[in-house]
Amino acid sequence: MTAERPLLFTNARLIDPASGKEERGGVLVQDGLIQDVGPYVAVATDAEVVDCGGQVLAPGLIDMRAFIGEPGAAHRETLKSAGEAAAAGGVTTIMSMPDTNPVLDDPAIIDFVMRRARDTSIVNVRPAAALTKGLKGEEMAEIGLLREAGAVAFTDGDRSVTNAQVMRRALTYARDFDALIVHHVEDPDLVGTGVMNEGEFAARLGLPGIPREAETVMLERDIRLVRLTGGRYHAAMISCADSAEIMRDAKSRGLPVTCGVSINNLALNENDIGDYRTFLKLSPPLRHEDDRQAMIEALVDGTIDVIVSDHNPQDVETKRLPFSEAENGAVGLETLLSAALRLVHSNGVPIAKLLRAMSTRPAEILGLPGGRLQRGAPADLIVFDPDAPYVLDKRQLRSLSKNTPFDEARLQGQVTATMVAGRIVFDRLNVSREANV
Amino acid sequence: MDIQALLDLADEQVEVSRQVEKKKSTLRGRTQINLFFEPSTRTQSSFEIAGKRLGADVMNMSVASSSVKKGETLIDTAATLNAMRPDLIIVRHHAAGAVHLLAQKVDCSVVNAGDGAHEHPTQALLDALTIRRNKGRIEGLTVAICGDIIHSRVARSNMILLAAMGARVRLVAPSTLLPPGIARLGFETFTDMRKGLEGADIVMMLRLQRERMNGSFVPSVKEYFRFYGLDQEKLSYAKPDAFVMHPGPMNRGVEISSDVADGAQSLIREQVEMGVAVRMAVLEALASHLPNR
Repeated sequence: MTAERPLLFTNARLIDPASGKEERGGVLVQDGLIQDVGPYVAVATDAEVVDCGGQVLAPGLIDMRAFIGEPGAAHRETLKSAGEAAAAGGVTTIMSMPDTNPVLDDPAIIDFVMRRARDTSIVNVRPAAALTKGLKGEEMAEIGLLREAGAVAFTDGDRSVTNAQVMRRALTYARDFDALIVHHVEDPDLVGTGVMNEGEFAARLGLPGIPREAETVMLERDIRLVRLTGGRYHAAMISCADSAEIMRDAKSRGLPVTCGVSINNLALNENDIGDYRTFLKLSPPLRHEDDRQAMIEALVDGTIDVIVSDHNPQDVETKRLPFSEAENGAVGLETLLSAALRLVHSNGVPIAKLLRAMSTRPAEILGLPGGRLQRGAPADLIVFDPDAPYVLDKRQLRSLSKNTPFDEARLQGQVTATMVAGRIVFDRLNVSREANV
Repeated sequence: MDIQALLDLADEQVEVSRQVEKKKSTLRGRTQINLFFEPSTRTQSSFEIAGKRLGADVMNMSVASSSVKKGETLIDTAATLNAMRPDLIIVRHHAAGAVHLLAQKVDCSVVNAGDGAHEHPTQALLDALTIRRNKGRIEGLTVAICGDIIHSRVARSNMILLAAMGARVRLVAPSTLLPPGIARLGFETFTDMRKGLEGADIVMMLRLQRERMNGSFVPSVKEYFRFYGLDQEKLSYAKPDAFVMHPGPMNRGVEISSDVADGAQSLIREQVEMGVAVRMAVLEALASHLPNR
């Protein structure tokens, strides 16, 4: 086997969110791995050289929450289309949700998704398996066998396991396999008929509200069960100040808990719903501006571990409906980084901290090798211009579904190149052309 | 009477049971009632044969056809039976502590044939006898008790007895099948079966109840067998001269593979024979304490 030609990125602003180190320099890639990184990179004479023009070079993003329609709803999104959207957004690894049809509760179906992703997707896809059979919340799925088949976490997707006994046993059992349980914390009974954040704005719109307690009650319960069982637990998305407080407290007790936040709850608030815009109907719902600020604060102080796109493709039939009848969800893979960079531009969040929550922490939580700009790490890399302004046109999205909450929004920061395992999969830098010169 | 002496007595009963003339007169004239609130094949027939070989009149009361079915309380049943002046009552009940409660209400000797998930002392004795006859000792042996420990009276009695006799007892099960807090009782616990079996002299498997197989305590039979079912591969982690035991009835392909259950290292059939001998020994030991007037 002949060794492939090494590729050298030069003139880059290197950000390693794992160490927090930021410096000018380059990265040498060969055989799918980072061979060298830093201000002075040992260069082989035959290396192809790519000038990053001073743009940021960082580890590819790892998105712990994306719904993909394959198998079962390929008209909304396939592994192929999701992969293209991800690559354009700088996401090099997707954790896919198990609520496909059939549900990912069988090792054979995990195997199918992994093979299908390998054959059709240009980014890495690591499936999360169902926590309970059929996502019914009644009987735990085959955690041991599913883990062996390649599942990186166990979750019922956008459903909460309401039966505390089922959750207790699942946490207890999962611990034996060091399996991670990811839970959607939203008590369906407290959600009731609610469709948006409970409060003044909902009152004005005449829409039934979802109290913050739908989230905090479930989260509090889960934390107690983690304390009882010692199982590894990740709250998929929190959305309000009280939840951040609960997580802060649980972490200070040393419990094996982590949590995420949706990019939507960081970049938007309930007022963005405006005139009943159904693309902003989400679960958890967009909250008050105070909650959004609390989420940013919790992200900065490390209480929130990861930012997810919560990518959820919905088509016209499920979204072009009265607000209360529309489905939840928004696409987000392609806009994840741009939307996140709003926090850098408007709220002064350090860029390394932001990237840490979208690469290093997800990698650590899922036990994946990426998320660091270090020698020996996989060459899952992105190059982006954090300042490039653009107006999002949803028709340009690569996703098969166009339900973005950022349509016509002014965004700043664009991915120019994405590399997965040493292969360029998205290229606005003309890496491949230059490389072939 | 100490345990070793009781097992010595059981050894003698093995010889009796292997003769053509199996009948003794130790319990002649005595009445033994087998009161089984739960269905049982081997324990009940074993006690019946043991009683008969010692010359007792044995009566089996099966709950299915008794007044318990009509709503009689445990204490009323005890009082009724007591009025018939039995000398021995053998009781199996689905509730932990029920045998103890019944024993307070009758004048005769009561033998626990299994109460809920609490104890099954004669099973532990027969297991000890089987081990002692095959290994020559119990002290110093490493015994791995594997499977549905949380629901198992067999496990509890064996843990107590074998530890008291100097064995090193390990518990091997998924955490959902281990009683919370058990580690604090001083037993080594393992959730990885291969590690739990490493260097074991005795591998004692437990039955997994059907209603616990599908998602409530373990995800499925397939997954349980894969991680906690005893097959040749997992057994190879135990000592080469290790023995395999199971109190029965077995779920082949769930907690144990057929080739192991029927293999050269299996003592499962012998356990049944020892069951009769141990129960004869227990009844004979009790006979010397029964009132003679």
